[in-house]
Parts: sequence; C-alpha cells; structure tokens
Amino acid sequence: MAGGAGLLVILLALTSLNVGASQMKLLHLLTQPDDRVTRVLFASRLPRTIALILAGAGLAVAGLLMQMLARNRLVEPGTVGTFSAASFGMLLAALINPGMALWLKFALVSACAALGSLLFLAILQRIPLRSALIVPLVGLVLSAVLATGSALVASQFELGQALRAWSSGDFSAILRGRYELLWIAAGMTLLAMLLADRFTVIGMGKDFATNVGINYAALMVLGVLMVALISASVVITAGALPFVGLLVPNLVRALVGDNMRRGIVLVALCGAALMLAADLLGRLLIHPYEVPSANLLAIAGSLVFIVILLRGRRQWA
Amino acid sequence: MIEAKTLSKRYNDRLVVQDVSLQIPRGGVTAIIGPNGAGKSTLLSMISRLTPMSAGSVEIDGMDVTRTSGSELAKRLSILRQHNQTSLRLSVRDLVAFGRFPHSGGRLNAEDQRHIDEALDYLSLNEFQHRHLDELSGGQRQRAYVAMVMCQDTDYVLLDEPLNNIDMRFAVDMMQLLRRAADEKGKTVVVVLHDINFASCYSDHIIAMRGGRLAWQGTPDEVMRDEILSELYAIPMQVHELNGQRICMYFRMG
Amino acid sequence: MGLTTAARWRVLLTGVLALLSMIGFMTWNVQSDWAFIVEYRGSRLLAMLLVAVAMGVSTLVFQTLTHSRILTPSLMGFDVLYVLVHALGLAFWARLGLDSMPSVIFILDVLLMAGIALVLFRLLFGDSVRGLHLLILLGMMGGLLFRELTELALRVLDPTEFSIQSGRSIASFSRINLPLLWVGLVLTVACVALVFALRRRLDVLNLGRDVAINLGVPYRRTVTLLLVVASVLVSVSTALVGPMLFFGLLATNLAYWIVGTHQHRWTLLATVLVAVVCLVGGQLLIEQILQSRLPFVMLLELCGGVLFILLLLRGVRE
Repeated sequence: MAGGAGLLVILLALTSLNVGASQMKLLHLLTQPDDRVTRVLFASRLPRTIALILAGAGLAVAGLLMQMLARNRLVEPGTVGTFSAASFGMLLAALINPGMALWLKFALVSACAALGSLLFLAILQRIPLRSALIVPLVGLVLSAVLATGSALVASQFELGQALRAWSSGDFSAILRGRYELLWIAAGMTLLAMLLADRFTVIGMGKDFATNVGINYAALMVLGVLMVALISASVVITAGALPFVGLLVPNLVRALVGDNMRRGIVLVALCGAALMLAADLLGRLLIHPYEVPSANLLAIAGSLVFIVILLRGRRQWA
Repeated sequence: MIEAKTLSKRYNDRLVVQDVSLQIPRGGVTAIIGPNGAGKSTLLSMISRLTPMSAGSVEIDGMDVTRTSGSELAKRLSILRQHNQTSLRLSVRDLVAFGRFPHSGGRLNAEDQRHIDEALDYLSLNEFQHRHLDELSGGQRQRAYVAMVMCQDTDYVLLDEPLNNIDMRFAVDMMQLLRRAADEKGKTVVVVLHDINFASCYSDHIIAMRGGRLAWQGTPDEVMRDEILSELYAIPMQVHELNGQRICMYFRMG
Repeated sequence: MGLTTAARWRVLLTGVLALLSMIGFMTWNVQSDWAFIVEYRGSRLLAMLLVAVAMGVSTLVFQTLTHSRILTPSLMGFDVLYVLVHALGLAFWARLGLDSMPSVIFILDVLLMAGIALVLFRLLFGDSVRGLHLLILLGMMGGLLFRELTELALRVLDPTEFSIQSGRSIASFSRINLPLLWVGLVLTVACVALVFALRRRLDVLNLGRDVAINLGVPYRRTVTLLLVVASVLVSVSTALVGPMLFFGLLATNLAYWIVGTHQHRWTLLATVLVAVVCLVGGQLLIEQILQSRLPFVMLLELCGGVLFILLLLRGVRE
C-alpha cells in the first residue's frame, strides 16, 4: 500500500512540475536544455513541488500527532487553535519588526503555535468529556476566539489583509530560497516516524502510558513541539492549510487501523499526494490563474468532516 | 398491576429484549435479576416509558404507557436509573423537592413540604439537606435521588440497580426502606438487583432474565435453587438456608 | 430555592448598571435636539436591547438543553443559514410580490430558519445531548463549506477582480436593519415570554432526560419547542445586526456567577441584565466616554471568547 502511495506521489510530483503559468513542459528538459528553461524549472516549479511534498507530509503527520495527543480522531492543527495561534505569531512578528530574521520569526511563530496547542490540551484536561464530539467542538471554538483576537489586533494596525493571507495558505509564491523552513517539517516528520510506537501508547492515555513505562509528560511536550514546528514552518512558508491533518490520518486509519507505526509512512505519503493534488487542481481550474490550495482543501475537508459526522452519527448520538 | 405483553427491544441488529411478557401485581417488592447483558435495565426502561419499545405493549393499572400523558404517568409511576447528574449546584432538599413536580408543577405548598421532610427523613438525609449535590459522596447522592423518587409518592417505584456504589450499611438500609415502603405504604417496588442475595432476602417475587428473555419467575423459595441459579449465571451455585433466608454461595466452590 | 443575600445584591447592582447604561446611552454627550436624539439613539438602543435579550436568552436555553456552559446556538452557523435563507427566499418572495414588505420577509425568513433547524433536529437525532453536539459541528462545517464554496465561485467567475474574503462576517451596530425593529420586538417579546412561562420545566430539564421524563415532562416536545424558540431568537438578532458568536456565552456565564444557582427564573433575569450592561454599557463606554475608535463588537466578542477560555481552564463541571 505504501508502494502504491509512493507511486502516486511521484506521478503527482511529475505532473506538478509540468504545470505552470508559463508554457514550459517537463519534456523541454530533455529536448531544449537551455538556460531559461532550467531557470524557470529550478527557480519556481521544482521548489514548489518539493515544498508541497514536504508540507503535505508534515501536515498530515502533525494531524496524526495531534490526534494522539488529544485522543480524538476529529482534530488537527487547523481545528484546535494551533494555526490561529501561529497566524497571531506572524502578526506579532510583523508588528515587532517587519524585517525580522527568518530564524527569529520561526522561533516566535513556533512558540505561539505551541502555546495554542498547550491551551487546547489544558482545556481538554479540565472539561468532562461526555461526548467524543466535544473535543473538536472546543477546538473549533478556541480557534475562533484566537482568530477574533488576531483580527482585532490586525484591524488596529492595518494588517487585516496580511492576516487573511497568512490564514489561507497557498503555494504560488514559493521560490528557491523561500521554502527551506519546510525541511524542518520534514525532520519532524521523520522524528515522528521513529517515535511512532511511543506516540501510539500516549494515544491510549496517561495511566496506560505510565504503566508501560513511558514518560507521558515528556512525550506530550515533545509532541506539542513537533506539531508547533511543523505548523510554524508551513504557516511562514505558505500560510495556514486546513484539513490535511484531518483527512489523511482518518483515511489511512480506515485502511490500516490505529497503529501509528504501521500507518505513519502511509500518512506522510498520502499527505504529500493530497497537497500535490490540491495545488494541481488549483492551478488547473482557472488556468492561468490559481485558486489557493487552502480554499480547495477547506471545501474537501469540511465535506468529508460532514460525511464522517453523519456516517458515525449512531455512535455519537 | 404492571402488565407487559411481548416486549421487545432491538438496537440495530441486536435483540436486547426478546418477547417478554409478565405481570407484576400490586404491592410488594419484585426483584429482577440476571447476568450482565440480560436486558434487565432495558426492560425496566421500557416499562417506565424511558425507552421506546420495538414491539409489544405495557399497561400500568390499565393505562398504556405510550398513550398516557407523561404527567399523568408521573403521578403513578416513578423510575430511577443508574447514572444521574452528579455535578449540579443544587441542594439535597431542592433535588428532593423536584419529586413534587408532577403534583404541583414547581409551586410548592405546605403539603409538598411535608412530603419533602418525610422523604428526607426516610433516607436519613436530614443533616445533609442543605448541602449541594456536588459536595456529596456517591452513596449520599444516590440516597438523595432515591429520596426524590420517594417524595414523588407514586404507587409504583422502579429502581435500576440502586445499590451500586453504596456502602454495605446503606445498601441494607435502602433495601429495608424499600421493604417498608411496600409494607407500610402499599407501594409496588420493582428493583433491578445485581446481588441475588439481596433479592432473596427482601423480595416477594423474583424475575430472572437471561439473554433478553424471561427465564424464570416465582417466589424466592421457588427461584433460589441450585439448578436454576447455576443455569442462569452459568457457574456452580449452592443455595443454603441461613436465618430463615435462602442465601446463595458461589464464591469458592470445591 | 432562592438567592443568597450576596447574590441578591449582585443582581440589584447589575440591574442598576443596566439602567444607568440605558440612561447614559440616551443622554451622554447630546449635541443635537432631543427629537432627533430620541429617534436616532432610541432606535439604536432598542435594537441593542433586543439583541442583548435575544442572544442572552437563546444561549441560556440552549445551554440548559445541552447541559453545557460552553456552547451557544450561534455556533451552529445561523449567520450563514440566514444569508442562505434570505438570499434564496428573496427570489421566491419576489415572485409572490412581497419584496416591498421587508417586515413580512423578515418574519418569513425567521420562520423558515426555525423550521429548518427543527427539521434538521428531528431528522437527524434522538433525544440525546450528544445529538446537539453533532448538530453544532455539522452547522459549523456547513457554514465553513458554504463560505469557501462562495469564495471559490467568485474566483472562478472573475479571477482578476478578487479581494480575499474577510472570513466570518461580524455584527455591526452602526448598520442596524431598522425596518425590522418592530417585528423583531414582537418576536423577541413573544419568545422570551414563552421561555419564562416554561421556566420550571427548564429547571427540571437541568436534571437530565431520564429524570425529566420520570417527573412527567414531555421531553421531546419541550426540547423541540425550546430549540425553535432559540432559533427564532438567534435569527432575529442575526437579521438585525449580524452574527455574534461569543456574546451569549459571556452573558450566561457571568449570569451564573452572579446568581450562583441554575434556577431559571433567576438566570433568565440575570442573563438579560448582564447582556444589557455589556452591550449598551460597553458601547457607551467605548464610543462616548472613551471616544475610542476600537471596533466595539470585535472587542466584545473577544472578551466573550477570553472569558470562555478562562472558564474552561478553571474547570467547568457539568
């Protein structure tokens, strides 16, 4: 299955390299390897494709992590306040120093994202979870509160438009030298794969984890940090991209179950595939104009969420 | 009299209660026993109209429970299930007072206050009456809910495993209270019990369920027998007579 | 069942603040003649009172039905539903020749929305509280889907002429839909009166479904009726000024703290008073006294949201 997904990713990646605003096709590389062609290819499409793969894999894995941390399969960084917090971090960075160094901005946005996730988890600990649905509900409301706060601050400093751009991700502005942060996301994705077993145990609760000898608190913090770093790198590079973290893990879970170790590679690959597909569709729909991936992902995501809710309704209600 | 005819309950494709017909006469204590998953709670729930029936009918003193108005039924029959709100910022007295709702719609008069005082006394809750529910222990809360049901003053009192999670001492008190309610006040008490020995010592009539069906019914003398209980619970059981009561031993056989 | 002395004082204080807010709103910094002021500020005040009452009461009722202090009916996406219903309705009503009567259209819109909420509830769920959680989530996702589809459609139709959608729309008290004020008043008063009449049943509902049925409350009918009432109230508020997400939460939770009980005859009163103080008093403070240019509604929503988070962190026992 992982092989099939891998193949899909490669196919989509090649297609992605082929499509663009200019008329250049991949075949040109072989037939007309002149300067202009390779420049376009390497300056925009290749980085874009790589960015999509890294971001897609990272987001999907971040979603999976979040689901382990929250012990609920209807959450992902976009629906629990992590992205809203990260956008707020971007706002802060712009207010403090619009020309802030990238690494500093990354640190700030990651910190905000981490705080957002921690707030969500802290809240979860304190409310009686009488229904599985209350977890995503609380997350969505928290996200909305943080977004309102950001909007308020942004409106006071004429940064409303910028805030909206950060909250709705798209990859049209990816160029070489502007996406390297995503390699951090890739690093986190690999780390998650290495620690997959432990995160599965975390997903079963504190008592279970302690009984098995795993340092629950430490792993929770690590998980939050990993999600924050992935989120920050994606938000800074392209903007917030919702639902990848929700769609992919649930799809993979339907195929291979809840064992994170077995599923995580597939999750990363499918995440990359989804991201590539969404971006491709966005580029093709109104060619040569683009529809931002966040828009398409939100449509697909909310639809699938609704389907999941309705299909499982006998067990929720 | 409670009359149930061919009651069934189906959840998706599972028949939780199958074709149960029984009659519970007025007065006395009737215990419903059986292993987990036998359908006891569901049966009680259907009789008290809390759960809709998939098939069959229930009549309480000739009134069809699905056709009679809720408020009318509430004056004749009361039901208390297992899991109740635990974190209400409500005093014990206020909770018990709700028992008068079917009679007075929330406006309490002197007669109502008398019932409330009586119910509190009956359940030994006088010293707790002004404490809030969320400050009480599980057992005390359970007693408060039972007091509310007593305060409702209905002919038929249905209780689903009222002895769960309460101390031995209070469990005994509770069963004695239910016995008195039947003897002194003429109430018809129907209790789902987990502990068959309590059923044996306190009830006039035992209904045994297994796999959603009515397996046996009769007086404690009739039902408390080795063969019957062993088959019901699928483990070897021995009934002994102690103090004039039939007690079942199954803890360590042989 | 009654209030402690401290609680009584708190209610009294809130009442006084509410009264002062209303008087202050009408009289502070008056710069033109009284007739104009009465009409201009008066109508705004009435609208604010309606919104305060409607949002407060609908949230309170909804929280009783869902046994939760952290939920509000606005979460269900009424703003989006209203836009949909209104837009679709307009085309239809125009054919019936009603488009010159905004009041009638308003009533029809509200009834339609309540009807849809009712149908959704009956169709999809049983009597459980979890059913309502599901309804809210579906509403939120449905709202998001609708907004994103609209954005996509706009982009596809005209890719060049496009400015990014501003996410959720937010209420505004400067663009009040005044022709609807009187209809809104009638609807709100009717709904609140009904809720007040049902206050004892609401108290019983607090005890949970099983106990409520045991005590003879016609559970399904009551819940359905109350949901319809809540829908109507939220629709009125949304039609008048636009969507407000956290205001109801703010009002109800402050009210619970003020009265210290869940008895509805007190929580209803306290919610209404607190809502008035927050909305009218807040507006007075920001606009007139401080003369600040901060967007008031956003600020209010933020306060509601922050309070909500603090409540959650403190540990909401339900």
